[in-house]
Amino acid sequence: MENNLNFTASCPLPISQYPHVLMAHGGGGRLMHKLLEEVFGRAFSNPILDTRHDSAQFTIPSCGGDASSPSQTATRASQLHKLAMTTDSYVVRPIFFPGGDIGSLAVHGTVNDLAMSGARPLYLSCGFIIEEGLPMETLWRVVCSMRDAAKKCGVQIITGDTKVVDKGKGDGLFINTTGIGVIEHGQKIAPQNVRPGDAVLVSGDLGRHGMAIMAVREGLQFESTIESDSTPVHEAVLNLIEAGIEIHCLRDLTRGGLASALNEIAEAAGVKIAVEQTLIPVREDVHAACEMLGLDPLHVANEGRFIAFVAARDADCALQILRGCEVSSGAALIGKVVEKSAPLVTLKSALGVGRILDMPSGEQLPRIC
Amino acid sequence: MKFLDEYRDGELAQKLAAEIHRATTRPRTIMEVCGGQTHAIVKFGIDELLPEKITLIHGPGCPVCVTPLEVIDQALEIAARPEVIFTSFGDMLRVPGSTTDLLAVKAKGSDVRIVYSPLDAVKLAEENPAREVVFFGVGFETTAPATAMAVFQAAQKGLENFSMLISHVLVPPAIEALMSSPDCRVQAFLAAGHVCAVMGYEEYFPLAKKYRVPIVVTGFEPLDILHGILMAVQQLESGRAEVENQYARAVTRAGNQPAQDLIKKVFKVVPRKWRGIGEIPQSGLGLREAYATFDAARKFRLADHRVEEPAECIAGLILQGLKKPHDCPAFGTRCTPEHPLGATMVSSEGACAAYYRYRRH
Repeated sequence: MENNLNFTASCPLPISQYPHVLMAHGGGGRLMHKLLEEVFGRAFSNPILDTRHDSAQFTIPSCGGDASSPSQTATRASQLHKLAMTTDSYVVRPIFFPGGDIGSLAVHGTVNDLAMSGARPLYLSCGFIIEEGLPMETLWRVVCSMRDAAKKCGVQIITGDTKVVDKGKGDGLFINTTGIGVIEHGQKIAPQNVRPGDAVLVSGDLGRHGMAIMAVREGLQFESTIESDSTPVHEAVLNLIEAGIEIHCLRDLTRGGLASALNEIAEAAGVKIAVEQTLIPVREDVHAACEMLGLDPLHVANEGRFIAFVAARDADCALQILRGCEVSSGAALIGKVVEKSAPLVTLKSALGVGRILDMPSGEQLPRIC
Repeated sequence: MKFLDEYRDGELAQKLAAEIHRATTRPRTIMEVCGGQTHAIVKFGIDELLPEKITLIHGPGCPVCVTPLEVIDQALEIAARPEVIFTSFGDMLRVPGSTTDLLAVKAKGSDVRIVYSPLDAVKLAEENPAREVVFFGVGFETTAPATAMAVFQAAQKGLENFSMLISHVLVPPAIEALMSSPDCRVQAFLAAGHVCAVMGYEEYFPLAKKYRVPIVVTGFEPLDILHGILMAVQQLESGRAEVENQYARAVTRAGNQPAQDLIKKVFKVVPRKWRGIGEIPQSGLGLREAYATFDAARKFRLADHRVEEPAECIAGLILQGLKKPHDCPAFGTRCTPEHPLGATMVSSEGACAAYYRYRRH
């Protein structure tokens, strides 16, 4: 009883101004950031989690034997395996959308989170939460799509779980995937490693996934269909590593888009990042759709795009390598890390004037991944 | 993007800015009326291209910002009713009332939905005959025709489960109220292009004449705004006070006649309270008696709320151009877009929110 009291006294509800969870708490903007920091970060804090990377990086020893003698420990140290692990849940609506579906998305998204550690993705788990009444044919199509995506990514789905919930207690189908990959390089790829002078590269045009979902959901008709950019990017990342590019940080541009990713990294690294509007690739149809809906393409989600912070001297080479891969053929250099400072991201507008590029504050698009 | 990139061209912008520099011989104070223009000015950094002699004042033309706290509270009261599907444009959902906002009401289980057109709300009412569908009708003359059309269609279809909470406002009475204030510093106006696309600009001639003030109907892209400023400066420099149309690709003198007819058919002009400013006579639209059954405030017999704004908020002074957002001690600390104290921080088009988003350092 006394313990309970102590627990209550030392653990006040961290986000007291929000008595209920809002959609914006999952929207990728400032509110979600706060939720992660103040609820999960505070409760689960440990050195691996606290790096706030897309995937956790850790080492495990090879199995067998005990490590009682110093010589054994030394031998074992050389056999440590460096791994990356990540998990993600997919609740996208509609289940099928132009350019993909919840199944392929659940593979690509998790593979890409692993790739952001420079890891080679190996294994996935999958958890299905299925609402009673889902057509079996729909489930089969999704499962086949997952199988094909996994094959394309070179990963195996090695374990899984299935739950069926009452009609009305789910929304057709939710999928969770957890991924494990192996880190075969010696680089330290993490937000904290970003430093002044680093070049900021983006792997392609922005905003396609978010706008593809939005167009379907809202019944918006454009001259051409905007297709999601959902795709695995690990090959592009591994090519950078194999070429010896000095990579300081990678981040995939999902919810919250480029603006959120840059702000998160500026915060973690304590730097000022400057990017230029005219250098950031956005396709014309995406731009038009965003203008119509009053959205900023830099806040819109992507599912096959990432940013790379690389040493300035490697920028040109990295760009050539990225452009040589199909998934990142539209890569561009969009800015640089200016200096160590209070976290700040600035954007030079088309008129040549600088301003803050802020994290979106609430929800941009509901449930897009 | 075609028809857009042309109006964001950096080189042309610099040329126009240089022309404004040449034309300006003394300090000039110009108000852009519309929140969309404020947003573009701060987002693209247009004001930073201008000579120091020119001061831009950010006007009251953000409908989300000027919707009174009382009306937001009424919306929250209606939305919380179990039989109601409450529909609204997305940006109203974040606006806090005196205790909560629509997003929080939604999180507690109320049926609150974003629609892109009031006609979508009419469709919802048809599809859900057992539910009461309410649309939150806010905005200037720009959105009034669509709101009017929704009421008109609902009446034609005989829908009894559709109603609207209306807080429509009008631009010319707001300009009149600003100009008649003894503290007014505004020497020229950029009128809101989209409002004039509907209403034309006939109604601005008496204002220009009465207050000897240039009024330039202006668009929303950087080059539009720079061009509008140049036209206003040229008028001031040559001692003219005329109504001019910079936004000729969208606006005609007479405006959109069918849209105006529809507004007149459904609405009458009524006094309206503006958040941050106070009551302005003949400055709003309310339903005509023939359409009174679609008035949600009447249908749900809402109590007449009276709510006080936080005393610390200087939104009223900002909307009149007497203060800038940075002048407020609460700006960016006790007052942020997540927790706004007042009108100009609540919507992304409000002056304080635009400064917070793009310039808080």
